[in-house]
Amino acid sequence: MFSPTIIIEAMINGLLTGAIYALVALGLTLVYGVLHIINFAHGATLAAAMFAVWGLNAAFGIDTYWTIPIVTPAFFVLGYVVQRFVIGPAAHGDDGNILLITLGISILIENALLAGFGSDTRSIPSDFSFAIVEAGPFLLSSARLVGAAGSLVVAILFWLLMSRTDTGKAIRAVAREKLGANLVGINVGHIYAITFGLGCAALAVAASLLMPTFYVNPRIGGAFVNIAFTVVVLGGMGSIPGAMAGGLIIGMVESLSGLLLGESLGQIGIFIIFILVLLLRPTGLFGAKA
Amino acid sequence: MIGRGYLPIILVTLLIAATPLVISSNSFFNFTVLVLIIALAAQGWNLLGGIGGQTSFGHSMFFGIGAYTASMLQTHLGVNAWLSLVAAIAAGALAGLIVGFLSFRAGLRGSYFALVTLAFAELLRVLANASELTGGAAGLLLKLDPGFANMQFSSRPTFMLLALAFVFASLVITQKIVNSRFGAHLVAVRENEDAAKALGVDVLTVKLKAISLSGAMTAAAGVLYVQYFLYIDAGIAFGIWISIEALLAPMVGGRGMVLGPLIGAFTLHGLGEITKSFAGRVPGIDLIVFAIVLIVVIAFASSGILGLLKKLADRFSSKEGA
Amino acid sequence: MLKVENATMRFGGLIAVNNASLDVREGSITGLIGPNGAGKTTLFAIIAGFLKPTEGAISLYGKDITTEQPHRRAISGIARTFQIVQPFAGLNVHENITVGAYLRHAKPSDAVEKAREVARQVGLEKDLEKSAASLTVAGRKRLELARALATEPKILLLDEVLAGLNPSEIRDIIPVIRTIRNSGVTILMIEHVMQAVMNLCEHVYVLAQGKMIAEGTPTVVCNDQAVIEAYLGKGSAERIARQSAENTGGPNA
Repeated sequence: MFSPTIIIEAMINGLLTGAIYALVALGLTLVYGVLHIINFAHGATLAAAMFAVWGLNAAFGIDTYWTIPIVTPAFFVLGYVVQRFVIGPAAHGDDGNILLITLGISILIENALLAGFGSDTRSIPSDFSFAIVEAGPFLLSSARLVGAAGSLVVAILFWLLMSRTDTGKAIRAVAREKLGANLVGINVGHIYAITFGLGCAALAVAASLLMPTFYVNPRIGGAFVNIAFTVVVLGGMGSIPGAMAGGLIIGMVESLSGLLLGESLGQIGIFIIFILVLLLRPTGLFGAKA
Repeated sequence: MIGRGYLPIILVTLLIAATPLVISSNSFFNFTVLVLIIALAAQGWNLLGGIGGQTSFGHSMFFGIGAYTASMLQTHLGVNAWLSLVAAIAAGALAGLIVGFLSFRAGLRGSYFALVTLAFAELLRVLANASELTGGAAGLLLKLDPGFANMQFSSRPTFMLLALAFVFASLVITQKIVNSRFGAHLVAVRENEDAAKALGVDVLTVKLKAISLSGAMTAAAGVLYVQYFLYIDAGIAFGIWISIEALLAPMVGGRGMVLGPLIGAFTLHGLGEITKSFAGRVPGIDLIVFAIVLIVVIAFASSGILGLLKKLADRFSSKEGA
Repeated sequence: MLKVENATMRFGGLIAVNNASLDVREGSITGLIGPNGAGKTTLFAIIAGFLKPTEGAISLYGKDITTEQPHRRAISGIARTFQIVQPFAGLNVHENITVGAYLRHAKPSDAVEKAREVARQVGLEKDLEKSAASLTVAGRKRLELARALATEPKILLLDEVLAGLNPSEIRDIIPVIRTIRNSGVTILMIEHVMQAVMNLCEHVYVLAQGKMIAEGTPTVVCNDQAVIEAYLGKGSAERIARQSAENTGGPNA
């Protein structure tokens, strides 16, 4: 009932969206891999970053992509401070508490945005949002192509950071064995906060890449948090390459099930994948066997 | 002779039951009915999450199943409201059994269990929003027809007493469980599963019992909601709001403690009302307060208000003894 | 009464227990010793049902229980303690022991009474109201013992209950173990404290690198060449024998 062109176009669009999902999930999986906690506030933080991008554009007329050098360091610092001075001390080292605290932070951010900006949906309209590239028979959105390319660049930068720098080495050491890392003189609290900050920084980039084609309202985080969890669980909690692959798969699944089932039922595909992976293979498709 | 732990339950219930004698403000009863419904949903959460240690982020699934079962049976099939209530409670228990069987058998604990419950609730929300049986995005309206037979009461104090009766029952059931072998097993599972197994505790069965009872209680809260507001849609029934309410109340009041959810629900919503009276019509301001309270409680008083009171009482009595 | 027949446990490529068998006589105190990493705790986990052996069978009173869940085995009469103590940290001592007592006493008042009685038996009666988390190492070991005992087992598996205790604490707890046996509970114990093994056990099994290398009375086992080599390395038995021969047949002789 659908021509192959439409289906392939939907798949390509899914892959492009999926690349951004991967970027959103990158921070979540990084934080899980190192701190072994699920950051429930991840979606709300993304919403906050999107509002920051929107605000910079609305107030100062800064082009969305040019907000990256502003919001990225800002969110890194924000993430660092929140982990170091709120989550870390408040949790008393209990994982269940961390989950509940990040839930609290998520409620806090979401409703602070609601109180500050109201429930209206905002977007950044520009000609570029609708620019289209013709690739053979397919029509692709330029902004989405830029978004996917940007995600790829960030993923490569992350990989370089983790594999080539001392900080990356320290992060990997803490992820592997925090007691041992502590014994060789690594400040675990500091590394935790850096990791958390990096996760938030990745979200800030994702927000800047998303805004040209997407909209923002205070509740937008909820939609992304479900997707990001699914991506992370699918790729194996804590695995960065897994998150990249998971993001692409989820982007495609969403695009195809949206095409076949319609807008409102389209999300079901994601939840079903999420539940099935958790129940049948909680280490993820690419993770080691339990 | 009143058994261990029942006296505070009776006192608190009598205190609330007496309010119509001195208060006649409708907004007070609206407030109290909502708080009691939340306390009932939260007691369900407390049984599984507080006493049993299995943190759920998706208790709205039971609330919604209760609310939709009751309203669908009444609107589509004309079933009596009280029979619908029984069916809704059974449906909540069954849903708990199914979700519990799937996730506990797969060995999901901690954050993983929290996430899978959230996913089930979200899945149901999307389905309820799309299906014709549940009225789709428009939701379901219950026909207004006050009367005992329809479990609808035009007098707000009367409905409050009905909700209170449910909460009282949930408190007594929870206290009975806490005093029993099953309660001890449930706490043992929370504290250390391996040690519990070694002592002959059938961990899976204990968890399944807990989640079905939990589902039944929260489903009853869903029924009360729809009987009071006579309207339900997917966002209310399966929305994250009630999952959060059900979790916050026990956390703040004292997780794992019988009166924790009730005390927590009153405290949170009391604070919410006070904030609203100061801040006026700022949207989300009450939830901002809730979130801050949650973080502060976890940071400084992990056993909640009741835990703090107990600690103070212990300190006081040990000073007396010294 | 408890029989392990040719149990093997593989974790991927690693063989933790290799074709090991043992037979615990009813009413005995039987020891299971061996160097670190020999697979003793793994064997215990197999007996208590926490691990399913790759091969082999476990039976209690001749009844095969290889596929039974841990809680079913507890009902059948097997109780275990954990090498790394696993108290219910949020509960007090009395509540901890009561969880065990509930296995045979469904009525709360009976279980609470039984727990008090067991606490007395292991010397915890003064600490009943204390939080389990606040106990000393010796106290936690006693609690571990008490909880297992409260299930009224036929056989009690003790995994290094003496480890981490000082000599006077060990001296205090040894009679407790003997009293338990005298009350009719068979005991199988993993132990490193040789003084206690020699003192308590009637029969000893020696596990090394997953294999059962010797069995017999404590004195026989301690002089067994294979056992000495397992602990001290290859050739050591011969070296020790030579040394003691030199010492006795030295220049003064």
